[in-house]
Amino acid sequence: MTQPLSAVEIDDLRAFAGMMIPASPAYGVPGADDPTIFTDILANLGRDRDDVAAALRRLKELAGGMTFAGLPAERRQAVGETLRAEGGLPLAALTRVILLCYYRDDRVMGSLGQEPRPPFPKGHTVEQGDWSLLDPVKKRPPLWRRVP
Amino acid sequence: MNDKVDVLIIGSGASGAAVAWSLTDTRMRILCLEQGDWIKPTDYPSNGRDWEARLFSDFAINPNRRARETDYPINDANSPIKVVNFNGVGGSTIMYTAHYPRLHPSDFKVKTLDGVADDWPVDYETLDPFFAENDRMTGVSGLAGDPAYPPHQPPMPPLPLGKSGQRFGKAMNRLGWHWWPSDASIATTDYEGRARCINLGHCTPGCAQGAKASTDITYWPLAIRAGVELRTRCRVREITLDENGMAAGVVYYDAKGEEHCQPAEMVIVACNGVGTPRLLLNSVSGKFPNGLANSSGLVGRNLMFHPYAYSYGYVDEPLDGNHGPPLCLWSQEFYETDASRDFVRGYTFQFSRGYGAILEAITSTAAGRLPWGEDHHRVYRQLLNHRIGLSAIIEDLPEEHNRVTLDPVQKDSHGIPGPRIDYTIGENSRKMIEHALANARTILEAAGAKNIGTEVPILNGGWHLLGTARMGDNPERSVVNGWGRCHDVKNLFIVDGSIWVTAGAVNPTSTIQALALYIADQIKQRLANLFD
Repeated sequence: MTQPLSAVEIDDLRAFAGMMIPASPAYGVPGADDPTIFTDILANLGRDRDDVAAALRRLKELAGGMTFAGLPAERRQAVGETLRAEGGLPLAALTRVILLCYYRDDRVMGSLGQEPRPPFPKGHTVEQGDWSLLDPVKKRPPLWRRVP
Repeated sequence: MNDKVDVLIIGSGASGAAVAWSLTDTRMRILCLEQGDWIKPTDYPSNGRDWEARLFSDFAINPNRRARETDYPINDANSPIKVVNFNGVGGSTIMYTAHYPRLHPSDFKVKTLDGVADDWPVDYETLDPFFAENDRMTGVSGLAGDPAYPPHQPPMPPLPLGKSGQRFGKAMNRLGWHWWPSDASIATTDYEGRARCINLGHCTPGCAQGAKASTDITYWPLAIRAGVELRTRCRVREITLDENGMAAGVVYYDAKGEEHCQPAEMVIVACNGVGTPRLLLNSVSGKFPNGLANSSGLVGRNLMFHPYAYSYGYVDEPLDGNHGPPLCLWSQEFYETDASRDFVRGYTFQFSRGYGAILEAITSTAAGRLPWGEDHHRVYRQLLNHRIGLSAIIEDLPEEHNRVTLDPVQKDSHGIPGPRIDYTIGENSRKMIEHALANARTILEAAGAKNIGTEVPILNGGWHLLGTARMGDNPERSVVNGWGRCHDVKNLFIVDGSIWVTAGAVNPTSTIQALALYIADQIKQRLANLFD
């Protein structure tokens, strides 16, 4: 039975998201712990909730008796790197849910030069390209093998 | 008990739709049972801002991850390649990339030419008119004149090369290697009521524009208009036999879970290379204690996937990203057997454009390429829209130990045992993969790519489900004859990829559908003595 995240787990998740993708004034983007993005993350744990909770439990274990959010920034970084080195499906689920909410935020997409919209109905333009590139291929004899 | 029908088709995907449409000529009463739903174009992910995220939920390609009510669980723990599929009207044509090559003439003669596996009981020349008919029905784009194939004329012009295609084309020309615009089941012009492609770029999980040919919008509207009944949310548990050992019909569950018997004069199975053996193995009787039509013991055996070897890299200029259909070119430079290599048979390269923002971030994080922390943003901007890639589609030879059986534990929502997959990549395929990876690196480097990576085999790459109820003339070594009729049960036909004798090295949908049309044609020609 899937359980909602506890308040401590939510705090740790937010701290982890901010460590993984911090805000950047240089690129003009928020971090993954931004209130809007983090609300999206919490709302989209979906079928990954159990794996995310498992990753957060491991994060807490690695924090050595403290919450991850309660660690000083340098120590968070070290704990995060330890978790990353361990790998595993729970970590993959944790990072995936952060990334799939971060990289659809309007501000983030705008900073990447991407239009914040779904593909349909406007679509995209793709250039036809130079079809004369095929000329040398057209001159080749048949490659396919004749059969008896 | 429902009214008896003349023809009962199980499965509405690539082959089931084609055979249903073709048989409408006969004016017989035809019913198709489909375990999934109709999918509305407005439900496809590319309609919404969460379009990429839904690749990991209700439009995941792996049914175990997707886990819709209409899916069944697949125990794939003992396979390095996981089965991917879709259950709904259109079957896995809803969720495919629309890359649409044909098998080669040599693929039907591998025993004669290369001394391995077996020849098919049909050949390219026999299927040629059915390829053409299917191209017309499906709406295929491409460019005539490919030296890798016998002549054929796709009905629509090819997909755009884009920046990625031109970069690959130049690289292949420098190497002197074959490349060509792919045949694709994507409308590049308005076609038979379908709107042309507008480069949504998110083709695999359904096309909101309707430019990608899935059988719900190609064959099915015509088949239904001609009188075929398509009944959705009907999951078949077993095919039943009469006292003469002929197929009597099926038992199925409707959406409410209620059990029904559906009698039929003839049953046609079109459930793909995993679903078909699952159904046959679950249809046991006194006459067939090891599964229906399985006197050869080959039902479920010889599973072939096409291991995929994906290579990719990053170039210094922004390319197409995920805009446009993801696959637009192929190379068959290494398709045919070359005696100087240490393997027989060969492979196709399919060239791909880039990824969307989320998929690039997730895959690059998983590969350890995208750091956490301050440097994340700088590195990410060097990756997004800079990726080019290519996959080798490796010809898998049939091996009996690669098989589908019934899982002793996992069951679907109606209590029907799910399939279990036991599969290993064969020695010939491994050598081919090594060859392909070396050539892929050469191509990527010629295209100016750096930071080259690979995924071998693609984990969720079990798109092509072939060989598990093979064709043949010898009933001891095959399940169906040369026109799809089961050797053991003469009013039972199989028309999907499970009847393939060998796999070739191309995406199979075009050939699956041509073969289904051929079998339907054979049925029509033999109606007077079909069950003799």
